[in-house]
Amino acid sequence: MKPAPFTYHAPRSVEEAVGLLHQYSAEDGRVLAGGQSLVPAMALRIATPPHLIDINEIAALRILRAENAWLRIGALVRHSAFERPVVDGPLGELLASVVRHIAHHPIRTRGTFCGSLAHADPASEWCLVAATLGAELVARSVRGTRTIVAGDFFRGAMSTALEPDELLVEARLPLLAKGTRFGFYEFSRRSGDFAIVMALVVRDQETWIGVGGAEAYPRRLREAEAAADPAEAAASAIRPLSDPHYSAAYRRDVVRAAVRRALEQCN
Amino acid sequence: MQLTLHVDGAERAVEAEPRETLADVLRTHVGCEHGVCGACTVLVDGEPARACLMFAAQAQGKSIRTVASLSRGEELHPLQRAFIEHHALQCGYCTPGFLMLAASLLERVPNMSDEELREALSANLCRCTGYQNIVKAVRAAAERMR
Repeated sequence: MKPAPFTYHAPRSVEEAVGLLHQYSAEDGRVLAGGQSLVPAMALRIATPPHLIDINEIAALRILRAENAWLRIGALVRHSAFERPVVDGPLGELLASVVRHIAHHPIRTRGTFCGSLAHADPASEWCLVAATLGAELVARSVRGTRTIVAGDFFRGAMSTALEPDELLVEARLPLLAKGTRFGFYEFSRRSGDFAIVMALVVRDQETWIGVGGAEAYPRRLREAEAAADPAEAAASAIRPLSDPHYSAAYRRDVVRAAVRRALEQCN
Repeated sequence: MQLTLHVDGAERAVEAEPRETLADVLRTHVGCEHGVCGACTVLVDGEPARACLMFAAQAQGKSIRTVASLSRGEELHPLQRAFIEHHALQCGYCTPGFLMLAASLLERVPNMSDEELREALSANLCRCTGYQNIVKAVRAAAERMR
């Protein structure tokens, strides 16, 4: 199908963008970044925003650099930017390893890191990375700028702490210390398909375990990190999603296996 | 909206509604119209993209390459010849998308391993060939172009 008619706005600055968003968010005006989730939703008429605010021409949102202890990822940084390590050290390698699981290259050339976070699909790899590493998310509106920690950002499937008139301008990931090891395991039916379950383990002095796809939103499972058998603990800690294809019991089994395999990659 | 698009080396003036996608104005093949099948794949500033997931208005100022850019007059591109020789198409509906996907692959990573090639080609759907001959054709074209 074709998207429903809308008015197209192409602001040239963040100020202009948040002004438009403030003006039109009450009537479901939406931000258009990579469009790899929003445009399909519009084509299927699941989403019919009367206004689209296209941020693609805002050069300030292309920022991608390490600063102090953080990697700053602007709202226009595409998934494909991470296909080769963007920073020296474990974080660049981790992102390069995870990005191969996100759809396919022609989708990755358009879709954005921040767009995935704002969309908050339960099966999003970047949401899992943000939740596990403790990302900081920078939201901008006409009222100013605020920073939201990943633990408070995800609220449910496709639901975040962003207000309707807030623009996610930047995500910040902590640079990982040299020697940090990681493991990522994703189970999906086809190459590039949505994850049924995925697990991310990051280990330096301590071990961080995050699980995505299994629940309404990804989260770090501290209860599993401290357990004698972390994979078993993760499987019992989650409240799995259930649908006609993948029952809660099945997802629980896959969580156990995914965490175990991600842990093995850290050894 | 009045738009000026750079398509296959020429400037084109087009009139399009905001909701019209790049696939609509280029009139590429469209299979699913929501980014799954890859039949509408074109190159946007050299990178493969789904034309059905980009609004035409967003393509202004970008260099767009379609399947029409591959041949030089009567002379087919090595990829096109390889697709014929290796029987990499049957109905042909997915072919323009596969050709542009493959063209970008060969430009980006000329020495792709078999595994990488299969992974990269998994971006597009073909319901006729079972993919084996597409893989063979792209491999053969890669060797010819080296």
